[in-house]
Amino acid sequence: MSASSLVPPRPRWLDVVGVLGLVATGVTVWLGLWVTPPDVVQGNLARLLYIHPPLATVALYWAGGVAAGGSLLYLWPRTRSFFWDRLAASAVVVGAVFSALTLATGSLWGRPVWGVWWTWDARLTSTALLLLLEIGYLALRRVPADPAVRARRCAVAALLVAIDVPIVHFSVQWWQTLHQGGTVLDPGFDLHVHGIMLWTLGLGFVAFSLVFVWLLGVRYQVEVLQDAVGGQELEVSLAERWSEDTELVGVGGSGAEAHERGGAP
Amino acid sequence: MWHDAVLVAGKDIRIEARSRVALWQIVPFAFLVLVLLAFAIGPDQATLRHAAPGIFWVALLFSTVLAIQRSVAVESGEGTRDGLRLSGIDPAGIFLGKAAAVGLQLLALQVVLWAGVTFLFDVHVHVVWLAVVASLLATVGLACAGVLYGALSAGLRVRDTLLPLLVLPVLAPVLLAGSKVWEAALSGSTSSGTQWLKILVPFAVIYLVVGIVLYGPLQEAA
Repeated sequence: MSASSLVPPRPRWLDVVGVLGLVATGVTVWLGLWVTPPDVVQGNLARLLYIHPPLATVALYWAGGVAAGGSLLYLWPRTRSFFWDRLAASAVVVGAVFSALTLATGSLWGRPVWGVWWTWDARLTSTALLLLLEIGYLALRRVPADPAVRARRCAVAALLVAIDVPIVHFSVQWWQTLHQGGTVLDPGFDLHVHGIMLWTLGLGFVAFSLVFVWLLGVRYQVEVLQDAVGGQELEVSLAERWSEDTELVGVGGSGAEAHERGGAP
Repeated sequence: MWHDAVLVAGKDIRIEARSRVALWQIVPFAFLVLVLLAFAIGPDQATLRHAAPGIFWVALLFSTVLAIQRSVAVESGEGTRDGLRLSGIDPAGIFLGKAAAVGLQLLALQVVLWAGVTFLFDVHVHVVWLAVVASLLATVGLACAGVLYGALSAGLRVRDTLLPLLVLPVLAPVLLAGSKVWEAALSGSTSSGTQWLKILVPFAVIYLVVGIVLYGPLQEAA
């Protein structure tokens, strides 16, 4: 039985989302690097801000939301299904990548603007904590266990990770931070970005959201495959043990017979 | 639930009183962390005094990990967890009981650490109530979050290496807020200290509530 027969074929819409995400990312790069003018204050550095807030949004709200929602639905007895478990796990994997990218782009921007690669600002610290918590979740997930047991453990762990999400969100309001206040979910929703720059930023959000959905779908397929391979490995090793046992029994049996024959007067 | 919690806490404390693992291993370890961090920072008295709050809380955090590992190990004997589950005790009661037992040990440990910090680094707490309130709140948070993560890693062969990775980032806010409150308590600025208490309160409440709700499902998974 080949591995491909264990997995349902990749849905068509996922490929469409992937292509759309690629195109949107390409257009964002083109608009961000060539079409938009440099910022009055920050010059070319402002171009990093077309991707940093979208990355952070995906890492925090999309990935965090799917991971928490999927885990809750798995723990809820009426909706318990491995679909939710795998979806939540996929969201954490993709979320960890986006959290790391958020920190990396923020750091690249912070060096020339703030003068430091890293500062112990509340939002930076809580985002770094989020990445560490996600890595912890992934370490827990890699521990071999019965699928139902692992799913339950991971669901609880994901909900505990999700506690950090509102902390990251409100960090700029709760503490006096170096990091600026909310951009998109600004309490007053008063965006001070204009013209083509606003469109580029908006497209950045759309592009990374599409890429997130695509990666989530692909990662989900990987999760299904991993579970299938794990199950197959178990079956194969069990079958090997069985065949070894029967061989041993065969050898032992003939030996006993020989002994009996030899011992007989 | 409360009755069950008292039963479980009594059991864990009795085991502790007889085995004395906390007394002979966790307390000396905490003291060792104090000394090692002092070695790392150097003998300058002013620097040490400045670093004392952080050293106190780092030592407490590392010792908390040991206390949790011990609390999990108590249940890891042959069929012990199944026995506990089959006994009909409310999972929330087990959670509260185990957290109370860990919390009591942590409180005792903090008294020793407090004496150690005062003795080794020559610091004096000016606003005693602030430090005491911080310790009490932090103890609730550390014990609840710790027991919850202990249950998460219970029964795993890689438990001992996985638990610190899982739990230390979660406990980091306690380290941060606790150190700040202690700084304030040492320097006598009450208002800045009470600001940081505002982190310890929700931390304790969140992990207490989450633990009561999630301990049941976790126990089934162990």
